[in-house]
Amino acid sequence: MSIDAAEVAKIAHLARLAVTEADGETHARNLSSILAFVERLSEVDTSGVEPLAHPLEMTQRLRRDVVSEVDQRERFQALAPATADGHYLVPRVIE
Amino acid sequence: MEWEAVIGLELHAQLATQTKIFSGASTAYGADANTQACAVDLGMPGVLPVLNARAVDFAIRLGLALDAEVAGRSVFARKNYFYPDLPKGYQISQYEIPVVGTGHLDIDLEDGSSKRIGVTRAHLEEDAGKSMHEGFGAMSGIDLNRAGTPLLEIVSEPDLRSAKEAVAYMKKMHSLVRYLGICDGNMQEGSFRCDANVSVRPVGREAFGTRTEIKNLNSFRFVERAINYEIERQIEVLEDGGSITQETRLYDPDRGETRPMRGKEEANDYRYFPDPDLLPLEITAEMIESVRSELPELPDAKRERFVSDYGLSNYDAGVLTSSRELADYFEQVALACADAKLAANWVMGELAGALNKTGTELADSPIDADRLAGLLKRILDETISGKIAKEVFEAMWQGEGDADTVIEAKGLKQVTDASAIEAMVDEVIAANPQQLEQYRAGKTKLMGFFVGQVMKASAGKANPAQVNEILKRRLDG
Repeated sequence: MSIDAAEVAKIAHLARLAVTEADGETHARNLSSILAFVERLSEVDTSGVEPLAHPLEMTQRLRRDVVSEVDQRERFQALAPATADGHYLVPRVIE
Repeated sequence: MEWEAVIGLELHAQLATQTKIFSGASTAYGADANTQACAVDLGMPGVLPVLNARAVDFAIRLGLALDAEVAGRSVFARKNYFYPDLPKGYQISQYEIPVVGTGHLDIDLEDGSSKRIGVTRAHLEEDAGKSMHEGFGAMSGIDLNRAGTPLLEIVSEPDLRSAKEAVAYMKKMHSLVRYLGICDGNMQEGSFRCDANVSVRPVGREAFGTRTEIKNLNSFRFVERAINYEIERQIEVLEDGGSITQETRLYDPDRGETRPMRGKEEANDYRYFPDPDLLPLEITAEMIESVRSELPELPDAKRERFVSDYGLSNYDAGVLTSSRELADYFEQVALACADAKLAANWVMGELAGALNKTGTELADSPIDADRLAGLLKRILDETISGKIAKEVFEAMWQGEGDADTVIEAKGLKQVTDASAIEAMVDEVIAANPQQLEQYRAGKTKLMGFFVGQVMKASAGKANPAQVNEILKRRLDG
């Protein structure tokens, strides 16, 4: 399995990564060789093996439904580039 | 050409937990912007999600109520997309292994038959925040209080064939989640929302047509209108020789039409993968049995019981069990007055009418179940007639006290004293010699006239059965 520069560009865009055209070629080559390396796993017969969701052999611990957080809006908003009326401001998005 | 619509719904039920699905921040509605958005909800570096036990419990409840398989092991996944109201750049959801598997829900059709609608799955996920586009100049304001609120997304099979069926299914699910106590069902506040997948195909064809998805419908009326509009639009396009584009559309209630949502064309590439921050969710048989043992009586079972225990019609039982509050109210009245049919008539008639007219919720009714039962008892013991009872009901609604207080204060007690009624009857007969002559000449339908006159003379308080009996005796004698 290999991927080309166009695919790299698409994935980069979906991840909002700025990748130049020249770098795209390099990434495509490197990613393709990683995929080729991993592809060796397909030689193993995995029928009857459950897909792995997590490397740890543990299950999710649950939390009681009790409020434990206090309002720290001021502290959080001190980190934000822009706020108004308690809202975080972002460049206008319209659906 | 004859067309058939094929509809599937994705319902989002906000779970009525105290805290978020993965953090201990409060989910209370209406708080000041961002005062309930903690570090986890904001996606701050280094935070880790911890799953809310009650959200899991609620998912199990729904699974059992839909007769679905509750997965012994399910997995959380990241759904990746960028939007300002989604701080982490991904939504934690479930993809390949949801907590609730295949189930079903039976709906009632207009012709009185019922239809089984398949439920494909239901999965747990977190809600996003809210974007405000007005009032912030050239910017958008983001409130993340809702971010991380637990949702159950309930996906139906494409088994629905009309907007009416879709609404019937949605109403049934709405009623069910409220019976289960897992969602408050408040559609104005967005606690229960619907996305509708709609396609059309020529009648008799097996293959589905290309579908469109109508997003974010938040009322039963809008669901019906949006789907009907979309069905007609698609048929028109196809009959004109065009083809349907698979896309997401929004419903505009002001114009009554759907139109394509702009700028999300590529958004369907969500690149789901298992969330490494969350271990698989294990649900043991003991957990399921413990939830099962605490399930309330569900709407269908309650309806059957109302039919068999109280002798109600299937239709009446359906209306009275449409919500748990209404069913409880009815049952309390029925048991207290010991006449279930009378209770049903009054709850569905006068009470529902008054609530409807004044836009009052049952919980805020000025007449509670005990007071209504008190009124019905006075009909049953013949203190008042059914007609006078409506007058008493009106006064009770206006807050003039319980039935006995109103009857006493207004002097509405029924006249059952035979000699008093006889005196009124004699007076009426004496005052209408012409009608008496006609009656005796064979025009017996004048009976109604005489009854009316006597009732009028008694200000509606004479016992109607006695009036009839005495009148008949006097007129015929």
